[in-house]
Amino acid sequence: MARLPTSIPALVRQFGPHLNREPAGGWTTRGEPDRTVATHCCFCGQQCGIQLKVKDERIVGFEPWEEFPFNKGKLCPKGVKRYMQDEHPDRLLTPLARDEAHGFRPIDWDAALNRTATGIQRIQAAYGRDSFAVLTGASLTNEKAYLMGKFARVALRTANIDYNGRLCMVSAAAASKKILGIDRSANPWSDIPKAKVVLVAGANIAECAPITTDYLWQARENGARLIVLDPRMTPIARTADLFIPVRPGGDIGVFNGMLHVMMERGWIDRDFIAAHTTGWDDVETIVARYTPGYAAQVAGVPASLIVRAAEMWGPAETSFLLHARGIEHHSKGVENCMAAINLVVATGRIGREGCGYAMITGQGNGQGAREQGQKCDQLPGARDLENPEHRQYIAEVWGVEEASIPHTGLSAVPLLEAIHDGRIKGLLLICFNPAVSLPDGGFIREALGRLEFFAVIDFFLSETARYADIVLPGSLMEEDEGTTTNVEGRVIHHRQVVRPPAGAREDWRIVCDLAHRLGAGDKFGYRSTRDIFEELRIASKGGVADYAGITWERIDDEMGVFWPCPSVDHPGTPRLYEGSRFGHADGKAHFQPVDWRPAVEEPDDEYPIVLTTGRVVSQYLSGTQTRRIGALVDQYPQPRCEIHPRLADSLGIADGDFVCVESRRGTLVVRAQVVKTIRPDTVFVPYHWPLDRSANNCTIRAIDPISKIPEFKICAVRVSKVSQPSGDLAALEPSAGGIR
Amino acid sequence: MSELAFFIDYSRCIGCQACVQACEECDTHRGRSLIHLETIERRDSVQTSPQVCMHCVDPICARVCPSDAIKQTPDGVVQSALTPRCIGCSNCVLACPFGVPKYDGEIDQMMKCDMCYDRTSTGRRPMCATVCPSGALAFTTIEEILRTRRGHAVNDWQFGDEHVRTKVFVLVPTEVARVNVPVVPLSALRRPSRPPSDPYDVAELLEAR
Repeated sequence: MARLPTSIPALVRQFGPHLNREPAGGWTTRGEPDRTVATHCCFCGQQCGIQLKVKDERIVGFEPWEEFPFNKGKLCPKGVKRYMQDEHPDRLLTPLARDEAHGFRPIDWDAALNRTATGIQRIQAAYGRDSFAVLTGASLTNEKAYLMGKFARVALRTANIDYNGRLCMVSAAAASKKILGIDRSANPWSDIPKAKVVLVAGANIAECAPITTDYLWQARENGARLIVLDPRMTPIARTADLFIPVRPGGDIGVFNGMLHVMMERGWIDRDFIAAHTTGWDDVETIVARYTPGYAAQVAGVPASLIVRAAEMWGPAETSFLLHARGIEHHSKGVENCMAAINLVVATGRIGREGCGYAMITGQGNGQGAREQGQKCDQLPGARDLENPEHRQYIAEVWGVEEASIPHTGLSAVPLLEAIHDGRIKGLLLICFNPAVSLPDGGFIREALGRLEFFAVIDFFLSETARYADIVLPGSLMEEDEGTTTNVEGRVIHHRQVVRPPAGAREDWRIVCDLAHRLGAGDKFGYRSTRDIFEELRIASKGGVADYAGITWERIDDEMGVFWPCPSVDHPGTPRLYEGSRFGHADGKAHFQPVDWRPAVEEPDDEYPIVLTTGRVVSQYLSGTQTRRIGALVDQYPQPRCEIHPRLADSLGIADGDFVCVESRRGTLVVRAQVVKTIRPDTVFVPYHWPLDRSANNCTIRAIDPISKIPEFKICAVRVSKVSQPSGDLAALEPSAGGIR
Repeated sequence: MSELAFFIDYSRCIGCQACVQACEECDTHRGRSLIHLETIERRDSVQTSPQVCMHCVDPICARVCPSDAIKQTPDGVVQSALTPRCIGCSNCVLACPFGVPKYDGEIDQMMKCDMCYDRTSTGRRPMCATVCPSGALAFTTIEEILRTRRGHAVNDWQFGDEHVRTKVFVLVPTEVARVNVPVVPLSALRRPSRPPSDPYDVAELLEAR
């Protein structure tokens, strides 16, 4: 199938993942640090403040940063151990060139950059500009996200750039924009403990956004009631006032059913609706059909739970809604989110203290990286690529002709499909591991093997980078300086704690070097990431995500600044929609009617079980960083298939048995974990692992028509007991995709 | 303002193990975690429970130590066994009602949580209670706890006939004045003929009316 330069075990032997278990120099020699640098965690969208300890220009440990207001020193296990990727034996310390049958061989930087530039030029000359694509990530800083968008549109002039936020935030973003007018969490986290009822939909907060837990518990200490929707009883669901074990894809049943009951009982703020919204009548018409009985059928839960949810949410004085991938990763992801947001707007409880709404961003810069113009349809400042005024403004900032800026390109999944069918021939990839993270993994890996030229910038050789022709060793978050925007819309400052190790380079320098070789050097003459940020401020000025008034100094002085912040004397905007002024031109919220429809692949006689996927607390995304940290691997060494005892019994499966999960697209073999905390019609497998352990071997390549997010949360599978897998791949360490 | 104290609220724990991972980072017991995170019964529930040393006022571990190896600091922190004195008998391991001390065969010594003495003695908070993202572990004043939490904090325990007072507090409902842990012989336990209704079984929740 796929084109790898040598066998996977040989690649793993050379490039890992190996496990780092001790700080640089070992535990015993660590001693007192030379300095401690306050910065932020590189992992999820919470972007916790953390201090890194440096000794002899190496990061040797951490110290909590209690002064940073968002997390006050709190960290999850990933944050505690993130520094173990510094000084890691798997770090790439030289550019690599594919060496047929042998793997990779080191080459020097000039040769690597020249070959990359030549590869790009050859493909664009032969097949057209759009035949070369760029894929990026939402763990990049704002500066790098901005740089990648500009690089694609100015240096390559390709329409085809997209990013792995396409797997993450786009459904929430689209829904929020449609109803509220702005793609950002509406409130700072400090509003959560002030709410009297908190609704958490499809968010395993304890494992995916652990720091938010304290905000939830604090709300409950203050008397709030907590409602949780999830097919699994997660740690926050366990003690919730109301846990609704909704079936995957059934959320609209709960939301519309709640709204139905609220309408009947007079828990709708009709004055607010009349004054500050449009579109309510259409919502009312559809929701009228969602009687508790019908809603329960859609949601796959008893009607009484939906009625109780309405009774808690409806009459509350203040409220907060949080949602995440559980409702977003669907071919109706945008509709799921809109149905949830309708519940907020119908009560008028938004835009004031203790009243609001937030989407929980998943990736480090999940918020900021989607504002700087690296999405296939977007320009910096969250501007629209097809809006003539927006195009003209950015063309002037960049000093290019408006007509030279490409139009909307392909989003991530269609982009990989275009690689598979030969329309796209070349790819530059940074901060993305589609071989593990995209759905229908077998198809994705097959596509990667068909590229004529493939260059990757990364600090480790990810499963995707194994397919590359050229690998350019880049930098970790703590080896470069820049900003990210956290889950609240707070722009924060990542400091350069150490320089990249000899042989590796800061990502932005690599990209600028490439731009020079492609003849666009005059547009990429940055001397530092600060130069890029200064240009980003201008590029975002007047846009929705306006950073014009944000400076690095202000971020440091004010512990972050919330956008929009149009001028340096503007305080920033922690809470959106104050005074019921929404983001649309008419200042109103625009209700969106939502009617439930089935997933692209519902279970049937042949594949009778729903597979849903997600994360565990000690791993992060495709695992290319966290599967190299020994302590995190020990915490949860290999993926397991969570299955209810009733379903397990009916299939003759016992706890710890090896099971094969099989969909129409592929299979994976893992051990069963028999637990009562999951619906009996659903199994769960976390997605952080590669090869035959990859949950995405089974998931479906179906996407939401608006957001283009893949339907990771529901596909049809069958599950059977199998014998212990054998062979080269099974024999690998579990962190590399083996099994024990 | 009273002095800082250690508080545990078991109901807040989410099992993330940030405490375990952070404890391992301490410079006095490098790479070795001294906090225990118990998974109660994963098949039935996601409930977990963190266990630091409770630092008994009159520590049972020290009382049963035949070589007088376990000492208390003047401010009541119970320390790991002293290397030259510890004979590795594991009396402390067996006697502790909280299951805290562990005997490490490799170094032939009992090691246990000392409430991050290196940190607290220099004005910093213990590592686990600083990083804990759920607030299940907290190192703060009693006033702050009473201001921000429901219930109240107690440090009185009854294990069968044994009364224990600890330096560490636990958060319990207001009506609970002392944590009472009855001691029942295993032989006296009878398995119920029919499993009781299980509030954490998702299948049962789906069958509710």
